[in-house]
Amino acid sequence: MGAELHMMQDAKDNQMEDSQTEDSQTGPVLNNGTRALRYEEQLLWEREFHDTPGVDLPEPQGMPLRTGDALREDVGLPQVSEPEVLRHFVRLSTLNYSIDHGFFPLGSCTMKHNPRVNEKLARLPGFAHIHPMQEESTVQGALELMYRLQHYLAELTALPGVCLTPAAGAHGELAGMMTIRRAHEAAGENETRKIVLIPDSAHGTNPATAVICGYKVRTIPTKETGRLTQAAFEEALYKTDPDGKDVAGMMVTNPNTCGLFESDIVGIADALHAAGGYFYCDGANFNALVGKVRPGDFGVDVMHINLHKTFSTPHGGGGPGSGPICVTEALEPYLPIPVVEQDINGAYFLAREKSRPETLGKLRGFVGQFGMHVRALAYMLSHGADGLKEVSENAVLNANYILSQLKDDYHVPYDGPCMHECMVTDKLQKGETKDDDVTTLDIAKALVEYGYHPMTTYFPLVLPGTMLIEPTETETKGTLDKFITVMMHIASEVRAGNRDQFHHYPQSAPRRRLDEVKAARHPVLRWSSDQA
Amino acid sequence: MADTKYTKDHEVVHIEDGNVAVLGITAYAQDALGDLVFVELPEVGASFEKGDEFAVVESVKTAAEVYTPVSGEIVEINDRLNDEPEAIKISLEEGWIAKIRMTDDSELDALMDEAAYNEYLETLD
Amino acid sequence: MRYLSRSKTDRQAMLDAIGCGSVDDLFADVPKQAFVDGKVDLPDHAGELEVERDLTALAGQNMSAADAPFFLGAGCYHHHIPSTVDYIIQRSEYLTAYTPYQPEIAQGTLTAIFEFQTYIALLTGQDIANASLYDGATAMTEAALMAQRVTKRRNVLLANDIHPEYVDVLTSYMKNYDDVTVRGQDDALDETVACVIVQSPDFFGCPAKHDAWRKKCDEVGALLVVVVTEILSLGLLSAPVQADIVCGEAQSIGLPMSFGGPHLGFFATSQKYLRQIPGRLCGETVDQDGKRSFVLTLNTREQHIRREKATSNICTNQGLCALAFTVHMSLLGEDGFKQLARLNHEAACRFVDAVAAIDGVEVLNEHFFNEVTLQLPVPSKDIVKEMAAQGVIAGLAADGNKLVCAVTEMVTDRDIEVFCNTLQSLIKG
Repeated sequence: MGAELHMMQDAKDNQMEDSQTEDSQTGPVLNNGTRALRYEEQLLWEREFHDTPGVDLPEPQGMPLRTGDALREDVGLPQVSEPEVLRHFVRLSTLNYSIDHGFFPLGSCTMKHNPRVNEKLARLPGFAHIHPMQEESTVQGALELMYRLQHYLAELTALPGVCLTPAAGAHGELAGMMTIRRAHEAAGENETRKIVLIPDSAHGTNPATAVICGYKVRTIPTKETGRLTQAAFEEALYKTDPDGKDVAGMMVTNPNTCGLFESDIVGIADALHAAGGYFYCDGANFNALVGKVRPGDFGVDVMHINLHKTFSTPHGGGGPGSGPICVTEALEPYLPIPVVEQDINGAYFLAREKSRPETLGKLRGFVGQFGMHVRALAYMLSHGADGLKEVSENAVLNANYILSQLKDDYHVPYDGPCMHECMVTDKLQKGETKDDDVTTLDIAKALVEYGYHPMTTYFPLVLPGTMLIEPTETETKGTLDKFITVMMHIASEVRAGNRDQFHHYPQSAPRRRLDEVKAARHPVLRWSSDQA
Repeated sequence: MADTKYTKDHEVVHIEDGNVAVLGITAYAQDALGDLVFVELPEVGASFEKGDEFAVVESVKTAAEVYTPVSGEIVEINDRLNDEPEAIKISLEEGWIAKIRMTDDSELDALMDEAAYNEYLETLD
Repeated sequence: MRYLSRSKTDRQAMLDAIGCGSVDDLFADVPKQAFVDGKVDLPDHAGELEVERDLTALAGQNMSAADAPFFLGAGCYHHHIPSTVDYIIQRSEYLTAYTPYQPEIAQGTLTAIFEFQTYIALLTGQDIANASLYDGATAMTEAALMAQRVTKRRNVLLANDIHPEYVDVLTSYMKNYDDVTVRGQDDALDETVACVIVQSPDFFGCPAKHDAWRKKCDEVGALLVVVVTEILSLGLLSAPVQADIVCGEAQSIGLPMSFGGPHLGFFATSQKYLRQIPGRLCGETVDQDGKRSFVLTLNTREQHIRREKATSNICTNQGLCALAFTVHMSLLGEDGFKQLARLNHEAACRFVDAVAAIDGVEVLNEHFFNEVTLQLPVPSKDIVKEMAAQGVIAGLAADGNKLVCAVTEMVTDRDIEVFCNTLQSLIKG
């Protein structure tokens, strides 16, 4: 069994044995159980279908088919009117928490304000209704927009080569690692460099990406100090080759996932470069640095940028994201295609294999998540160089303020200052027996009860029961103080021995804790008529 | 059970007859994992070296690889775990994962007996 | 800076509470050389009006499909989007929510994903579908990677004319492995092949014959992957039930072309491959009160648990795009979806009849859905350029003087007339 077994005890799913089936409200179940503004909404398949749909289309003329195929059989789609559809999705929306509802301290996810002007601009017909394979002369404005975004990202990272196509953070990681792989290939060292060094605190996508690129992962322990030390790094670098010549590169998040800036980073990058390896920096935490600190100036060779974090393109309930990569001049020829360039006449064009023969190739259809590029550029221009500097400063100040207020109530494993997020654990909330423990999961669910989206839980994996709190720059001191008060209240209730309540939260949310075991043992992934 | 041996990674091996061993996971591991939702079984006929991953046990939030402490060929798998992964918790008799024909039973010598394993558990927090 | 809450008093109070003199003290671990010090070439902040002016000017330089007869498709289609779709996806509750990791306060997103998965499964004739992938090209690559895991074989065979961008993406990914060959139409289909990939309709608009491919795959034990780049075609063509995996691009329903993204990759397969499917899955369960609820499930396949053993490195879907699709599908319903598909086909039929009457132009498709390939007597690249100069987006120029044209419900009879007149005059030259 894996060595991480002890972690699992904490991450263990909550038991369902304390299920309380009686509803506090008595009486028959009417209207599917809807009460006041708490809607219980049926699936569309579970209602009466209408004779006509929620759209009015012209009647087809009945021309003979030229498909060479039989007519499509019944699909089994529900059919209701437009107001029914609208009401369905509006009612469902009321069951969601969102950044516009309130504070969203989800560590590593940078849930900040999403300005609506960005939405408006992305919907301009000149952006929304253009095709990626149109003649370049007819889309010069779109190409210029991408060119400017490339330029500003290069400026903010001090990494001059930029490719916007990756579709999300993990996709950017892949693009970045493939760029490194391609560079080693061009140098004839692909056969010998097979190892990628990754700290144990890394996002799970890092090792998954390295493996997809055909690399072996060597893990660097960081548990002692929460930081990557020069000594631990060099031990990993020289483990199987005295000069580190079997190492392709390292994947490091900086600030790291414990919210700390890697203070040995310059020396580590130097050692890696001397061995011929490349430094891939996971840009998930760029919000701590944007406008103030440039990763290219502390040794980074490749970095992806989550436009949906740092540059505020909306998370949309899980995508679309966008994960451009920025690289050094040396790695620039190997970037994925296309990249926007400008010709001698000032016209913009999509540079492909022809002008970029060393490229690793395409990683996504067309030019990437262009709609996100529009939003990110609008966000960047709204802040400007001065505003972005203030973004990172406020983000770091807010996180340190929270840490300073919670440090007596929650276990703080690593000394600060932290960067844009702070990490605590549930160690002080342990009970005398396991049943008495108030765990990170319980604390998260209590926050739901008190009207907050919880922080990130059980990540990073370096320690048991971690909680990662990221306030972002857009929150006021007043908002932070309310959250801190709730966190302090939880801790004081636990100290007072009022522990049992925490195993039953949330009580007031649209749902109480879910039976995730049932969902995984007997997966039901779609509606079907036999289950109705 | 003198014929039962344990590993530091919480696998258990029970010598059935001669060179066939029953492989499973210990109560400690089962408890740590919580409610199991799936067990990925090896294929009959597959060969493994000592230390190879031969199965994966999954709970809702974790997936743990199970490594064989002895080399050999899988001769039988516990199909029941396909439909009823939680059976792994009943006992080794009910919830074994696979049976392996060992190629080198001296590998058993490096493993802990029950007393040593219990002592080892004391050292974990 | 309008997005930031500024208060000198608060700032000082926070610094005092932390016990440090200035914000810069908090950056003490950062090496000096990495600070910006005014060297960033980015203007200072701008008001909403200035930003709008700047970007609106850029948008104005593009020729949008709203302003031109528009016949370009090739995996990205110009369709009508009902207003309700865009209203719903701009609601705060959907737009500004995170991935639904806290299901007690995310049932809106989760229920919509469950409905999305149901729609995709029904349309493709498959048992199950995931919560979406980045786009069609990456979905096809994920299908090949899954087929390799299932069959424990390495090679991939591209059986017909597949979108060149999809092929490029697949090829780039497969270059990571020394032991994989991407084979073409004329290469051997043998027992080293993990999957046969067939696009339908193919890149030139011809619907594929799935029965024949199913038989060939069965002979060697390869999986059959059907790629669909125009999901609306499934409202007229029969469902590819013969396939082991159906994947592709669903942008046509609910999403604008948006210069190529964000779009909506989809992925559907058989129940028996449940644990090999890449990406997120939403499943049904109950909460402590026994109420039906939805939750992200089978997470143990994913990178945040399995790390280097994950089925894929993907950790997002295209959540809001999947919602747009789901709302649009719900508006269309059974009759509307089929009717829209039929209208596209009939518009394409009228287009075919009109262009076939032009001297020297030949329509290469006997069969098609809403996209056809024309054989021109002159270089199609030049035609596309010249027609653009005259305000018509004619289609995609392909090798050998071919022109691939898509005809959706957005194309009017007048647009077809303009297309034909412009093309005719250019050919006569």
